[in-house]
Amino acid sequence: MPPGGNAVKIIIAGDGKVGLSLTQMLSEEGHDLTLIDSNQRVLDSSVERYDVMGVQGNCASMRVLESADVQHADLLIAATSLDEVNLLCCMTAQGLNSKLHTIARIRNPEYGKQIFTMRDVYKLSLMVNPEKQAAREIERLIKYPGFLQRDTFARSRVEIVELRVDETSRLKDVPLRDLDSIVKCKVLVCVVSRDGVAEIPDGNFVIRTGDRLFVTAPAENLTLLLKNLGIITYKAKRVMICGGGRIGYYLAEQLTKHGVQVQIIEQDEARCVELAERLPDAYVIHGDASNQYLLESEGVETCDALVTMTGMDEMNLIISLYGKKCGAHQVITKVGHTDNSSIYDSLELGSLICPKELCCANILRYVRAMQNTEGAALTVHNIADGQAEALEFLVDEKTRHIGEPLKNIRTKKNVLIACISHGSKTAIPSGDSVFNKGDTVIVVAKDGTRLLQLNDIFE
Amino acid sequence: MNYKMMGKFISQILMVEAGFMLPALLISLFDGETNAVRGFVMAIAVAVVVSLGLYLLCRKSQKRFYAKEGMVCVGISWICMSLIGCLPFCVSGEIPHFLDALFEIVSGFTTTGASILSDVEALSRGIMYWRSFSHWLGGMGVLVFLLALAPSGEHSNGFTMHLLRAESPGPNVGKLVPKMKTTARILYLIYILLTVLNIMFLTFGDMPMFDAVCTAFGTAGTGGFGIRNDSIASYSPYIQNVCTVFMLLFGVNFSCYYLLLIRQVKAVFRDEELRMYVGIVIASIVLITLNIRGYYDTIGETIRHAAFQVASIITTTGFATTDFDLWPSFSKGILLALMLLGACAGSTGGGLKCGRALLIIKNLCRNMRRLLNPKRVEVVRFNGHAVGEQVLENTNTYLAAYVAILLVSFLLISMDGLSMTTNLSAVTACFNNIGPGFDAVGATCNYSVFSGFSKVILILDMLAGRLEIFPMLLLASKSTWRHS
Repeated sequence: MPPGGNAVKIIIAGDGKVGLSLTQMLSEEGHDLTLIDSNQRVLDSSVERYDVMGVQGNCASMRVLESADVQHADLLIAATSLDEVNLLCCMTAQGLNSKLHTIARIRNPEYGKQIFTMRDVYKLSLMVNPEKQAAREIERLIKYPGFLQRDTFARSRVEIVELRVDETSRLKDVPLRDLDSIVKCKVLVCVVSRDGVAEIPDGNFVIRTGDRLFVTAPAENLTLLLKNLGIITYKAKRVMICGGGRIGYYLAEQLTKHGVQVQIIEQDEARCVELAERLPDAYVIHGDASNQYLLESEGVETCDALVTMTGMDEMNLIISLYGKKCGAHQVITKVGHTDNSSIYDSLELGSLICPKELCCANILRYVRAMQNTEGAALTVHNIADGQAEALEFLVDEKTRHIGEPLKNIRTKKNVLIACISHGSKTAIPSGDSVFNKGDTVIVVAKDGTRLLQLNDIFE
Repeated sequence: MNYKMMGKFISQILMVEAGFMLPALLISLFDGETNAVRGFVMAIAVAVVVSLGLYLLCRKSQKRFYAKEGMVCVGISWICMSLIGCLPFCVSGEIPHFLDALFEIVSGFTTTGASILSDVEALSRGIMYWRSFSHWLGGMGVLVFLLALAPSGEHSNGFTMHLLRAESPGPNVGKLVPKMKTTARILYLIYILLTVLNIMFLTFGDMPMFDAVCTAFGTAGTGGFGIRNDSIASYSPYIQNVCTVFMLLFGVNFSCYYLLLIRQVKAVFRDEELRMYVGIVIASIVLITLNIRGYYDTIGETIRHAAFQVASIITTTGFATTDFDLWPSFSKGILLALMLLGACAGSTGGGLKCGRALLIIKNLCRNMRRLLNPKRVEVVRFNGHAVGEQVLENTNTYLAAYVAILLVSFLLISMDGLSMTTNLSAVTACFNNIGPGFDAVGATCNYSVFSGFSKVILILDMLAGRLEIFPMLLLASKSTWRHS
């Protein structure tokens, strides 16, 4: 059991990709999990892999919910493939246990506008839309093409960005203590992933080719950082999207709103018509995105960003590799399965987006907040393929060591204070930095160190 | 295969076993039995050394652990446990032959209760305690105990399911609550509670404390090692009745007790397996009472003996209050049938299990109806829920393996030249973890008549019966050991 927290009794309805990921994350955190799915075989395989209980049946049926002991549960997460079933499941469960927290996955864009009304009417605690979240994430990446991943903290004032060090990088073979002289602004390398293994480096750490750096920086320094690293940034003007699924739709909607030219390549003709109807400013192309001739004729080599998000991971990878070879400036790939992340690492793919993981991180954050209503993390981001976590905490009166210089505080191993925000000022901390009540602190912790509140970082 | 992880498990199991030998050692010390003390000290030393050695070898184990490892791990750990558990008997010289000592401890751990001793009362108290305690430990399973103790996080993966499934009897093993550790704790809590109740009721009948504890261990694990040569026969009728009731209680699926604890009484009464179990017990008692009337002085005594023997055999305990070998053959026939049937799934009893028998019968009926209407689609139901085809298939496979092992063992031990009834009942009694059979292995006799080879066969039968056949069969299968 994680320090300071109690196990939460959770029911997960729908043992699909998101359900399975959640099962893994939440069972590692030591919660009591019950899975509901209509497919016995899927359930069996989950029960064999994780310490959970399985109930077979329709999750919206009262009998099934009762046999999953919904009366004594604390939280229900409805993540079946059907929005309507998820809603009905949450409502039924709410009727059986009025103290229950409910989280529903709602993905249909048609419900997108009414999401907040629905939340109140159906008494949902949280609604998640993995595709919309992914689209928002991709949009943010397109704004800063130099980074592979961006995570925001402290109301967008601090970011953790991921950089890959290649042959031509100015950072190659540089020890971290000399970093400031090259980038000429205050940034902190909080985690380095080398050959798929993440570690928290110290000043003597020397950067090598192929390393992936996770850098904390105040948002205003990002442009400067890119400039000094010699990474040319430009505003994306033309984005090519392969696959017109839900994420594609959300992304195109956002991008066209900001005046970016969007091309969507979609295989299904009916879907093309639908997209063209809903996105008057987008350029919808009916065709097979894996067809090189089509990609070339649509100008893949001159587009500013290529986003591949067809339904198949393999196809996305191939198209992205091809796009990279053709010289697309930025390539973003959607993957559904993250089990083989070490393979993705060996390919120079650019950014990877996994909607499932984004969604799970969101729910995990909620569960942690439930566990610990006081002092829970404001934001949690997984970095380096989940090997490390970056968490944002608010310093309150219960926090220990307020006003003490950091060099006098003993923190746990594998924990790093990456940033302290005071009001509108954000600073990368040094040994003399202090934090006060009302500040927000960003902490990076390596895998295995589970933090529920800020006090957990101290020895 | 992940040998290191398995090594780590076995190391922990041996450590637990060494810990459980301490009370027996204390009893021997108290009684000043130097031979027994030497035996226990030796056994504990060996267990600790082997355990530490394995631990050092297997410190850095990978986490990968699948169904195969789970099954093999259960099989090997029971064998290791038995090898170390027999040392006190051997070293103390109370059961001088290694094979005899092994037979005795395997019979203990598998809750069989078959003994090779002709004079039980000659044993020292420490040895006697260890012999009875092995029933208690083997009844619920030492791996389940380990799961209940394990610090959270260490065994938080789903693979613990394989361990539970391999060690708990029944066709459809499930957890009571989402967490394995909590499930294991609930099971042991119920087990300990019932055992304590049993000890209390026995002492109310003026049974000496030591006798009460040992008898309760034998009852709880549905084992059947008595501490007197005539088993329970020389105790008062009250004690015999207490034993009858508790044997039947330990033969009930433990999830029924959990349902009672969480006040779902209705679900317990609706349980088909429990109904079948109770029905068969009552019917057998009535039939046997009618059949043996006149053998005893009063009708009350007749019913008492009939009930005791029925409870003892169906729960696969193997205590006796009378020599049922002298009963008419119809009664003996009923007892033999009960031997094969066994208690409820999820109890500490052995045998085929009522639940499994029920599934087999239901499946048989369905398949017969299918012969008449080939296109009819029908689902087998159990307690109102549909049973998956996979479960039915597994059950049928189990039955096939069960019959095959029974036959092969019967053939092999027939070479000793004893009577057919002896051989058949000996194999049945060992394989189903009962203990006494008929004729030369009847209630008043013992297994010392068999040759060494037959004893080995019976030892393997006992282990196979306790571990639901497959973990032991897999150990002998070539494909288990192939591919890393």
